[in-house]
This record gives sequence, C-alpha cells and structure tokens, in this order.
Amino acid sequence: MPVKRIDKTPMRQRDAGVRAHDFLEVNEGYDLSRAMFEAERCLRCQDAVCVDGCPVRIPIPEFIHAIAAGDMAEAASILRGANPLPAICGRVCPQETQCEELCHMNNRFSAAAIGHLERFVADWERDQPANDGARKPWRDEKIAVIGSGPAGLVCAGQLVDMGYPVTVYEALHAPGGVLRYGIPEFRLPNAILDWEIDVLRQRGVEIVTNVIVGKTIALDDLLNDMGFAAAFIGTGAGLPRFLGIPGENLNGVFSANEFLTRINLMRAYDFPVADTPMKVGKRVAVIGAGNTAMDTVRSSMRMGAEKGLIVYRRSETEMTARIEEYHHAIEEGVEFHWLTNPIEVLGNDEGWVTGLKCQVMELGEPDESGRARPVPVAGSEFVIEVDNVVLSIGTTPNPLLLQSTPGLETDRWGCLVADQEFGRTTRPRIYAGGDVVTGAATVILAAGAGKSAAQSIHRDLSAANEAGAGQMTIKATAPPSA
Amino acid sequence: MARILSKRALTSVTKLFVVEAPLIAAAARPGQFVIVRVREDGERIPLTIADYDADRGEITIVVQEVGVTTRLLGALDEGDDILDMVGPLGSAPEIEPGGHVVGVGGGFGAAALLCLMRDLTERGAPTTAIIGARDKGLLILTDELRAVCSHLELCTDDGSAGFKGLVTERLQQLIDGDGEGDGPGRPDRVLAIGPMPMMRAVADTTHDAGIETLVSMDPLMIDGTGMCGGCRITVGDEVKFACVDGPFFDAHQVDFDEAVRRNRMYADMENQAAERQALECQASAGAA
Repeated sequence: MPVKRIDKTPMRQRDAGVRAHDFLEVNEGYDLSRAMFEAERCLRCQDAVCVDGCPVRIPIPEFIHAIAAGDMAEAASILRGANPLPAICGRVCPQETQCEELCHMNNRFSAAAIGHLERFVADWERDQPANDGARKPWRDEKIAVIGSGPAGLVCAGQLVDMGYPVTVYEALHAPGGVLRYGIPEFRLPNAILDWEIDVLRQRGVEIVTNVIVGKTIALDDLLNDMGFAAAFIGTGAGLPRFLGIPGENLNGVFSANEFLTRINLMRAYDFPVADTPMKVGKRVAVIGAGNTAMDTVRSSMRMGAEKGLIVYRRSETEMTARIEEYHHAIEEGVEFHWLTNPIEVLGNDEGWVTGLKCQVMELGEPDESGRARPVPVAGSEFVIEVDNVVLSIGTTPNPLLLQSTPGLETDRWGCLVADQEFGRTTRPRIYAGGDVVTGAATVILAAGAGKSAAQSIHRDLSAANEAGAGQMTIKATAPPSA
Repeated sequence: MARILSKRALTSVTKLFVVEAPLIAAAARPGQFVIVRVREDGERIPLTIADYDADRGEITIVVQEVGVTTRLLGALDEGDDILDMVGPLGSAPEIEPGGHVVGVGGGFGAAALLCLMRDLTERGAPTTAIIGARDKGLLILTDELRAVCSHLELCTDDGSAGFKGLVTERLQQLIDGDGEGDGPGRPDRVLAIGPMPMMRAVADTTHDAGIETLVSMDPLMIDGTGMCGGCRITVGDEVKFACVDGPFFDAHQVDFDEAVRRNRMYADMENQAAERQALECQASAGAA
C-alpha cells in the first residue's frame, strides 16, 4: 500500500494577481497522478460517515476506490448514479462542512479531498466521447419540472433515469437557474454547465426555455390539460432583498442578482460585443458576506474595479461564505469592513452613487439566528467613498408561481410549504424542493431535495398504479431489455 | 423562438409585427408585455403587447427603432424568428367598470392602447383614445383605434391632422368640458402610455382635476420576473418592481425624476453601442 500523506493533495490555482482580472476559472483541478494519489488517502471506512454528510448520498468510498484502481469509467458511473451534476457539485459544494467534515481522516490529519476528486472524475468524463443519442423513456406518466436550477435539474435527471418522460420549464432564455445567472464563470464556467445540461438532454430530459409557469402557462393547466402526472417546483429563491435605506435607488446601486445576471447570463463583460451594458466604478462596496457577496465583489474587480469592499454588519466569525471563497477573495485583494452597518447611500447632483454612510457595530447577545446580535455604536457614523453599492443581503422565493396556483401553502417567509423528506406540498401531485422551500441555501441541498422529490414522485405514482390497473404495474417495474 | 407572421412599417422607424406565440396569446391580458432577445449575446428588452388573438395564437408588437436591439428587431422580416420571447409579463391595469376612460398614447405608445381600449369598450365603458405625433404621417394605427374606441382624438404638432397641439392640451380641453355634448365628454379615468415626459405631463394635467390616472412604466429590465430589481420605481412611499408590480402605477404617486434618471443610467454606453452598430452597417454595406 502506498504511503498516505497526512495533508490533502492541493489543487493548483491560478495566480491571484492574474485571475483577479479575468473570468477564467480559479481552480485548475487535479491531473491523473494527483487524483490517484489523493484517492489512496481515503481510509475505506466500514462506516462511511462521509456519505451521511452528502445531501445526495454519493457512495463516496466506492467512487474513490474506483479512482485508486484506475477505473475512471466506473468512478464516473457511481458518481452519476447518485448525482446528476458532479462537475458542478465538485466545484461549488461546501465539502468542508459536509462530507469532508465527517471524514475520519479529518480527526487527526486533513480530510480526503472528496470534492476535488468528484470534480476530477466529472472532468475526466467530459473528455470522453459523447454518449449515443437520447434514451426513450419507458414509462407513461409525464413529469413537469419547473425551474432548471440545481433542484430541477437533479430531479429531472433522476426521473429520466427511472424511465419517466420529463419536461423542464425555464423562465429565462438559458437553462441552469442560479448556476447560470448567479455563480460566476471563475467558479463555474458556463462550458461546464452547458456540458452537464447536455448530458441530461442526452439522457432524455426535455428543456423548454422562455416559459414562466404561473404566467405563460398555469401549473394547473400542465396537470389538467397537458397531461402531466406530477410536477416538481424548483423555482428557487430569486427575489432580491433591499435594505430600505435612503439612496437605494440612486444610479449605481444594484442587487447582487442584477449585478451578477448582467455579467454571468448577459455577458456584460464582453460589451459592446454582447449588447447588455454594465457600469462598474473604481470602488465597489458589496453589502453582505455570504457566497453571493464574495462572487459579487470578486466579479466587480474582474469588471475593472480597483477596489472591491465587503461591508458587513457582523464580524468575520458570523460570515456565511465558504472559507475557500473567503480566502480567494483575500488573495485577490478584497477589503473587508466588519461590524460596519450601512445606513445611507450618498449620491451627487446627477443621482449617481458617491459614498456609503455607515455606523460601527459591536456584538451583543445572540439573536434568533443564534449569532451574536450586532448593535450600533452611538456617534460612530462615517462615510466610505464608493462608486457602486451592491446589496447581497439575501433572496426570497419568487411569488409568481406560488400566488397563481391555488392551494399551495407558503410560510411567513414566503417559502413554499413542503415536507423536507419527500418534497410533498399541500397539494397532491405537486412536489417542491430547493431554495423555494428552504429559502436561499446551497446548490447541493437543492440537489438533494430534487433527488428525494424524484424518489417520492416515483413511489407515489407506483403506489397509485398498483392501486389502479394491474397492467400499469407491470409497465412500471423495469426498463425494456431492448 | 417566435416566428414573424407579418410585418408592417407604420412609420420609417416604427414597425408592427404579428408574431406566432400561442402560449403567450392564450394567457395575455391587456397592458401586459413580453421580453425579447434578438441575437446570441443580445440584451433582453421589454415590449408592450399591442394586441393578441388567442384563437389564432398570435400577438402583435410594435417596435420603435431607438437602440441597437430595436434596430435589429426592426430589420427582421416576415418568416424570420425572434430568438427569444417570453411573457406575458406584468399585470393588466385595474380599472373599475363604469365611467369614461381616456387613453392617452404618445408616439408608438398609441399601439399599446389597442387592446386596452378594446377591452374597456367591450366591458361597456365609454372610451376615448387621444393619440399624438409631430405630423399626420407619424400618427399610427388610427383606423384600428377608431374601431375599438367610442371616440378617437388625433393631435399633431403642426395641425396636419386633428387638434393642433399636444395630447395633454387636448386632454386639458376635455377636462375643462370641451368634449361635452357630441364630443367624448369629461374623463373619469385616464390611462397614459408613451414616452416618460408625455406620461409625466399627463400626470400633471390630471393631478389638479383629481382624475384617477394610471401610467405604464417601462424602466430598464433584465429578467422581467422580479429577480433583478433593476426596474424599481418609487411610487408614493414604496419601492415597486415595474415587472411584477406593474407596469401600471398611479401617475400621481410615481417619482418621475427618479424614473427618468434611472432610465438614462446607460445612455452613454447605449450611444457607444449604437455608433458601433452604425459603423458595422456601413462596413457591411460597403462590402456588398
């Protein structure tokens, strides 16, 4: 048995000074020898607790063993069976708080690099010849998936694998949801997203863009007139929050959603070759300290800002961003203003942003989120000179579909009520998962919810079939051998 | 993709397209809009649905060529496809039944009045459309509007057709009682669609008379579903998203200064893109 290193095999990254000015991917991935070396670090535990940390329950030791054995095709097949989006999750999952946190290697050394290995296998698969044509679904019950973000794509991928004809409806002109409009190319290149979506299409998923279920078609029309047996709602949490402070409508103030959508979906960095403009000044303040805030501030520098600032009313400890993103942001020169609460956006006579008035905060007793409550320090107001202010203080579910569909219950935060285990909403045949249920969370939690919902759709339809005609049961048991 | 079934030039820079869009046509209500994109890497722009026919699966849009995307769209012909079209977006205006409704359409805003006025007329309201342009040749869709309104009032700056003057001057006359008797009568409600300065002038005109007035706001927009917040508008004390809360708002509550300023946010870049487009046009014309 080869020697095990105590430290995780590092993944190469592009130099911070160079990468901070372009949109190419920061991380460069493993090569084969590094991947096989790292795969040997897995302890092959009897109790693979890492799997418990994975929302889609990838059989982690199995796929890592396949890498160690040099059988990449097997590794890819194991991964894909559990997670239809491995190239994406290998890049954007917070493994350090999930599978890798539970890894027994983590007790004394550092965890096996499960995320890096997942990414390696998916990227290997991407270099292989494409599969032969779309598979034919072998079941009759059509399923509609609303929203082509991570929840919807994973749900669709799981359902086609079980033989269901699946149609995914997307409101925008390109599929991917937050993976497309939100996560920047330097973390998740569009080419990777396009490839993952193409794989799903090859496996039989139909994706229809430019359809807003709830506006273009009612959800009940899908179920009643268009013959869908069930629907999965994965419409995410797309509605940006604003602070409601004076000056928020000045020119140069954006929601992080708008800022990132202009850049990622509309490719404003390529203006005027791309038609959508974007104005980024010399100094950009991003309010908030989650992953979206890091994406935004790092994007602002790639759009030409000389200084990107994070302004956050809590401290570094309460920051919700992934540690890797935080480190990358520091390396790229982002300036962090902790315990700084914005109270007004200042502008000039033409209505353009000139500054952000803030007050100093100190930490008090824990609030309802369990984190120390920030309390203003009297008389501590000061002004940070900035040209843009971007609000990245969270998003809530889009009410368009929920309000236009009778009988769907939402909670007081506007989230759709669905049980976490099965994704069942308050209406039969309608399932939901991802940010629309939980509020803004991670790609992999959405993926996990999409997967559980797919399984419960299958269970419920099978149960209904068994209760109904016998011939349907036969049809619903196995794929044709041909 | 949405196939263009027919095209008509209403003026040299205003084109009417009938587009095959069965799902949108079936769901559309008066005053709603679509968002279109006409090329890869193209921008998304909102366009009012001028008319729709659910049975035929068609919608009508009217485009004034003012920027890169509208020029590209204006150059498309019958049989061409519009790359992306999504809708219907926004909501129909909430107009209480009863009373005389006056729709004011400036420039190509007249097109947007078409299905709005037809709907109101069909619901039994006496309706008047006031449309205006610089001269007779620039007035659009007069026959179509006449067919769906109780009264049609034409206004031209030079007096070449109808009333000589601005739509707001004619509106003021109606408010002052000039339209009593055989005329359209005093407005009970006003609906204005067109360029921002015109809508603002309508709001000012009806404000003192206390006439309930709605304006159709068209701020910069990306997704049209409430996701970007770029279209936010201050209405009274509240910030609204024109795409999902509008596009119709109480004209007397809208902060027009802010709306005008926000619409000009990218004016310099838009000009830069337009110049580039003009150069490309020249270059391709030269090559041919």
